[in-house]
Amino acid sequence: MNPRRGERLMVPEAEFQSYYDQPVIKPPVWKVPDVPAYLYLGGLAGASASMAALADATGRPSLRRVGRIASALGATASVGALIHDLGRPERFLHMLRVFKPTSPLSVGSWILAPFGSLAAAGAASELTGIAPRLGSVAGAGAGLLGPAMTTYTAVLLADTAVPAWHEAHPQLPVVFAGSALASAGGVGLLAGAEAGPARRMAVLGAAVELGATELMERSIGLPGEAYRTGRAATVLRAARALTAAGGVGALLGMRHPGSRVTSVLSGLLLNAGAATTRYGIFEAGMQSARDPKFTVVPQRQRLAERGAAAPDNHHH
Amino acid sequence: MTDNRLAGPLDDPTAEAGYPADHPERVGFFTDTSICIGCKACEVACKEWNLLEADGPLDLSGNSYDNTVGLGADTWRHVAFIEQRVPARDKPQVDLGMPGPGPPGGTSQGGDRDDRDATDVRWLMSSDVCKHCTHAACLDVCPTGALIRTEHGTVMVQDDICNGCGYCIPACPYGVIDQRPHDGGAFKCTMCQDRLGDGLAPACATACPTDSIQFGPLDELRERAAQRVEELHERGVPEARLYGHDPSDGVGGDGAFFLLLDEPEVYGFPPDPVVTTRDLPAMWRHAAGAALAAAGGIALAFLGGSR
Repeated sequence: MNPRRGERLMVPEAEFQSYYDQPVIKPPVWKVPDVPAYLYLGGLAGASASMAALADATGRPSLRRVGRIASALGATASVGALIHDLGRPERFLHMLRVFKPTSPLSVGSWILAPFGSLAAAGAASELTGIAPRLGSVAGAGAGLLGPAMTTYTAVLLADTAVPAWHEAHPQLPVVFAGSALASAGGVGLLAGAEAGPARRMAVLGAAVELGATELMERSIGLPGEAYRTGRAATVLRAARALTAAGGVGALLGMRHPGSRVTSVLSGLLLNAGAATTRYGIFEAGMQSARDPKFTVVPQRQRLAERGAAAPDNHHH
Repeated sequence: MTDNRLAGPLDDPTAEAGYPADHPERVGFFTDTSICIGCKACEVACKEWNLLEADGPLDLSGNSYDNTVGLGADTWRHVAFIEQRVPARDKPQVDLGMPGPGPPGGTSQGGDRDDRDATDVRWLMSSDVCKHCTHAACLDVCPTGALIRTEHGTVMVQDDICNGCGYCIPACPYGVIDQRPHDGGAFKCTMCQDRLGDGLAPACATACPTDSIQFGPLDELRERAAQRVEELHERGVPEARLYGHDPSDGVGGDGAFFLLLDEPEVYGFPPDPVVTTRDLPAMWRHAAGAALAAAGGIALAFLGGSR
């Protein structure tokens, strides 16, 4: 096969056959920024809700406040992005028509719907001061659902025939969870004197996001190449820089917690990094779907290994 | 409880989907590409019967005689054309009725040495269609219940339920189902559900002039296909092989399977398709583990320090 334009090939191009270089699978029709935003906002909302619930339980009202607001805004905007991406948005309620354990989008909708309602109730109570007890109960409920919000979207991507997503199914939830912690921690930096836990979340999340993304790219074989080439590589490089800078900023803030400018800047960088990471992963999946190489070559290798293990089955 | 609900051999996907025991038998397509003449009558019959729109402005793809390019929301049969240069001596020993260079019947080019080293063109033509998998990823991932298993064991979109989420599209390991852009919904072959109910064969199989597309009870088709492969092997076509017939493959066997004369990827098929939901239990385990770790991480952040 001919090397493609605009790519420096580090390894010889794998030999494979295809039908006029057409993709074997259909690339997703999901739109940008809708779906990357949906992924990012869901993670931010989930981790923010858990942060707010623990802030409530440990007597940190400022951190609780930013956490509740971020979780409600994140969940609402996440739902908005999902609906906007539908081919028939007026039928968005069909998402709750059935509960289907084999569909991560069905399971996710059944996580997102109660989570969004509870997060909105918690934020409404926070902002109006009405029914603080109920607000705490709602906030605690959202906080319990929060961790699921951070990782179900990874299953949503992985449960497809898209090689760069499917093969990464063990690592993607870790990347998404880390990224969610980094972004929620970044928002929590706005809580001033109470931002300590958020700062630690941000640093931990950024470290996990960076480490797990790197590990994912390296451990999934050929589809990992989709993360290291083309637009996905550029986007993920930017994401790494943003997250690393935000993480260092949050770390520095541990020594000088008084600087509001550093906090706001770090929070912005971490959230930009988290959103960009989701976009980069989305783009890597699209690239791996468009190029038949990523579908055909690993499947051929699989067949060759099976043929070597059971020579009798080698012939058709 | 049924075993192999997500992957692996499954005798009766119709019953597994909840139909009573007296449901109709599972039907399917056996597409024997060795006798396809590339006439595209299947494409036309499908479009006409199912009232499918044209795919767009008439355009030449440059891919041999294939200007349809692939399956899509409005293309439920697609005839692939492959032109291969092969050494003349490697031509099939049996005349399969393929068009070729030179005058009809002019097969007596062999003989002296120079001619044996010449190259020849081999035509491969194949009518692609939805595979109606035993384990259909599109059906599994559909969040609304729009995609269903029918009483005939096929897979179908209920258009009045589909909300256009698009999840089925990247889930399909064969790249079959697609979104209709100005409509938003997902569409694919129904195996002419409206004809099946009246005891008719699907439009494509009815229109096929060579019986390259055969329709019938899946068990019968599998037997017939095995015989056909054996016959071709005996007649000196060792490259004949079945694709999608095996209930122990990654999708539990296809409801629409093929006899091919080259590797599957040459026709645009995945060589070893696997239903993505086979790995779903592992995916949820990894996601649950990561979610618990995230919860632990957040809790630790609140413990580790005074501020």
